[in-house]
Amino acid sequence: MILYEMIDYSTLKIIWWVLLGVLLIGFAVTDGFDMGVGALLPFVAETDIERRVVINTIGPTWEGNQVWFILGGGAIFAAWPPLYAISFSGFYLAMFVVLAAMILRPVAFKYRSKRPDPSWRTSWDWALFIGSFVPALVFGVAVGNVLLGVPFSLDNDLRMTYEGSFFGLFSPFSLLCGLLSVAMLVMHGSVWLVMRATGDIAVRARRYGSIAALLAIVLFALGGYLVATGYVDGFRITSEIDPNMQANPLAKEAVIEDGAWMANYEAYPWLWIVPGMGFLGLFGALVLLQTKMEMLIFVFSKWAVTGIIATVGISMFPFILPSSVQPEASLTVWDASSTHRTLFNMLVAVVIFLPIILVYTAWVYKVLWGKVDEETIERDNHTAY
Amino acid sequence: MELSVVDLSRLQFAMTALYHFLFVPLTIGLSILLATMETVYVMTGREIWKRMVKFWGTLFGINFVLGVATGLTMEFQFGMNWAYFSQYVGDVFGAPLAIEGLMAFFLEATFVGLFFFGWDKLSKRQHLAATWALALGTNFSALWILIANGWMQNPVGAEFNPDTMRMEVNSFFEVLFNPVAQAKFVHTVSAGYVTAALFMLGISAWYMLQGRHLQVAKRSMAIASAFGFASALSVVVLGDESGYEANLNQKMKLATIEAMWHTEPAPAAFNVVAWPDMENRENIFAIEVPYVMGLIATRSLDTVIPGIHELVDQSKDRIRQGAIAWDALQKIRENPDTVSDDVRETFKYNATSLGYAYLLLPYTDNPLEATTEQIDAAAWSTVPDVLPMFYAFRIMVACGFFFILLTSVFFYYSSSGKLDVLVEKRRWLLHVAVWSIPLPWIACEMGWFVAEYGRQPWIIESMLPTSAAVSSLSVTEVLLTLAGFVVLYSTLLVIEIALMIKYIKIGPEDGAPAGTSPPASAQPVSGAAPVPAE
Repeated sequence: MILYEMIDYSTLKIIWWVLLGVLLIGFAVTDGFDMGVGALLPFVAETDIERRVVINTIGPTWEGNQVWFILGGGAIFAAWPPLYAISFSGFYLAMFVVLAAMILRPVAFKYRSKRPDPSWRTSWDWALFIGSFVPALVFGVAVGNVLLGVPFSLDNDLRMTYEGSFFGLFSPFSLLCGLLSVAMLVMHGSVWLVMRATGDIAVRARRYGSIAALLAIVLFALGGYLVATGYVDGFRITSEIDPNMQANPLAKEAVIEDGAWMANYEAYPWLWIVPGMGFLGLFGALVLLQTKMEMLIFVFSKWAVTGIIATVGISMFPFILPSSVQPEASLTVWDASSTHRTLFNMLVAVVIFLPIILVYTAWVYKVLWGKVDEETIERDNHTAY
Repeated sequence: MELSVVDLSRLQFAMTALYHFLFVPLTIGLSILLATMETVYVMTGREIWKRMVKFWGTLFGINFVLGVATGLTMEFQFGMNWAYFSQYVGDVFGAPLAIEGLMAFFLEATFVGLFFFGWDKLSKRQHLAATWALALGTNFSALWILIANGWMQNPVGAEFNPDTMRMEVNSFFEVLFNPVAQAKFVHTVSAGYVTAALFMLGISAWYMLQGRHLQVAKRSMAIASAFGFASALSVVVLGDESGYEANLNQKMKLATIEAMWHTEPAPAAFNVVAWPDMENRENIFAIEVPYVMGLIATRSLDTVIPGIHELVDQSKDRIRQGAIAWDALQKIRENPDTVSDDVRETFKYNATSLGYAYLLLPYTDNPLEATTEQIDAAAWSTVPDVLPMFYAFRIMVACGFFFILLTSVFFYYSSSGKLDVLVEKRRWLLHVAVWSIPLPWIACEMGWFVAEYGRQPWIIESMLPTSAAVSSLSVTEVLLTLAGFVVLYSTLLVIEIALMIKYIKIGPEDGAPAGTSPPASAQPVSGAAPVPAE
């Protein structure tokens, strides 16, 4: 027997769909608070020493968190090659903006403290802000566009033509998603600061965090309302589709349909748990931000992020990248993956390495845990950012 | 000159990759040197080694972040600019990239934080383990990315599937143990080690010339020269292995490196200097050393190395065969379910040449009906420009031999305990070491140029031409991002170099003079720092 046939092709496709979600959620939960903190930096901290406190709550660990993003890229390439090809080339200029912003982050963290003059440091503060705020916004806008359908078509050789433009990405609904993404990550970052910083910074973080959580509740509800009432159309497969088929996005038929993104919830009402978890997380964080239960707020904040992202995935299943101009070319879980063999091999790699990663990451967090305040910065003046 | 989306996308990839590789080799080499020095510290308990780790670690950090920053682009731009490539080979090519993330990036990125922030929070041995994890991570990363790159040079373990329009893995094992990838990996990491060694050697020499930080400088020089000597030997020997592998599967690359227009009787001569003329397809002049080329490339006296003209003739045959495969493929794509088994058989039989048919697409819509002239033109498009290949390769090799010479001289002085002789009587040697700092970077970039330009027009050797691999983008879009990357990267590079120079000038913390000091741990070392890192 061939090893990879131990697991059905269709099962592997589902597993990889889940893993893709795990990666995106892993990215949003870990690098998410880094981005939230970066976006808050100019507002939550005023003096240089305050800003150093804020930066050093994430300084030693943000780099590992960002690997979730890079791994996300690599894993999409390996498991869903057409998704990697079409989304990144379709969203070309938006991707460039994200990359340019994110390129500023490692440099800003490292270089800010290398010179004492205030204008140097303020410049890097704003670089950190851009490197955090812009990706948070654009990722949300991109997700909004995926929900709306992306204007791409495929020819018979699976060569893609993209018919949209950069500014076309910014529709009211996608901007709403972008703002939701920013609000969600700012809340998450605030909660992180409440947990890791002290004094004025923590007080301000509670205030910004509460505003962001409230805003996220409103935007998440409004987004859901627009999808449920048919302002945003969904997609539906109208032909037979064999879950074990070879990858070929052109072998099916599909239509754009009012309310199709609600179909999964209608078929399986227990799935309402997922958006429910998003709301529960947001409300919980909002309420607990007024209390001293710092660790618990973070748990709720993580739930919120997880619930919101999972809601998008579940609403669209089995679609992963719908096409608004050629619905039958939409990418779905069934027809856009790598081969049976590659999915299996990659699963083996994940099963081996992911637990190891989680163990050493947890250990590193444990070693570096503790409140950061002005005293710790002055004590570690040499090593701190 | 009108630049197409293909040209601009190539330019952008070349530019972002070459920039990225300004930072990578130093990271690869210096991480190992840091771990080595810290091992000495933990074994001997002597504080000077810790100060060395911290000083070289500061420079490492300034360089490392730009490697991370520019590396971000690399992970995504296959999809951004090379969408058809990504769809065509993602089943094979994506896996090493994803595993690189799982196995290497998490390791280096997680432990780099501990390396810088963990000094007071970890025991000596724990910190040493973190440093080694960082070094291992950076080197693993090189392994996986070169497995990916090696596959583009020598696409083993995969086959084209007409129903999915892509290359699919049939042996992951062959992809992993691709001999080209293995040769490239060891050659590339050795190049990184040489880069770091010469960086350390040159800066130490500068301190010795100035009479500053002698304790740190001498010890660093001893380590750098030994490590550099071993690495310089290995980079040349393993580079030769790369050349040997290239002869097995990329004969055109080898022929252009050598400006060898015609097949010669074995063993072929080596052109030391030549002036290739692309238009007339010959060398205007050449200075040859008999036999050497044949010996290096084939390791035998009687194996013939084909010249450019002969390789082009072979390409013509493959183009004709490819056109048959292309035609069969069209029929399969039109009626995948009903097409006859004969057509599928025809396709299968000729499939390995399918990529050659794509070479005809710039000249005709139907490769099967291509004229002799069109086939001629397509076949000659398989020849990269000979002149830059020829000289880029020679610059790289000359650097390689110079590195062996330089490091061996310094290794001699340091291992025989004569570093003071350098300071007193052979100051010019120290000057040479300082001025040699940029050379490994030049050699590395030349090496990548030869490797990547030398396989044009192929993005995947003999399978998919670069021109067929791009995304559906407009010239304006790619121009915008190209300009954006140039401005952003250049700004960051200038800042990086300025900071590097600043921290080299500040230099390491100086402990008390050797011999007279109490144990260093009793010294208020941090208080004696010339300029704190703030």
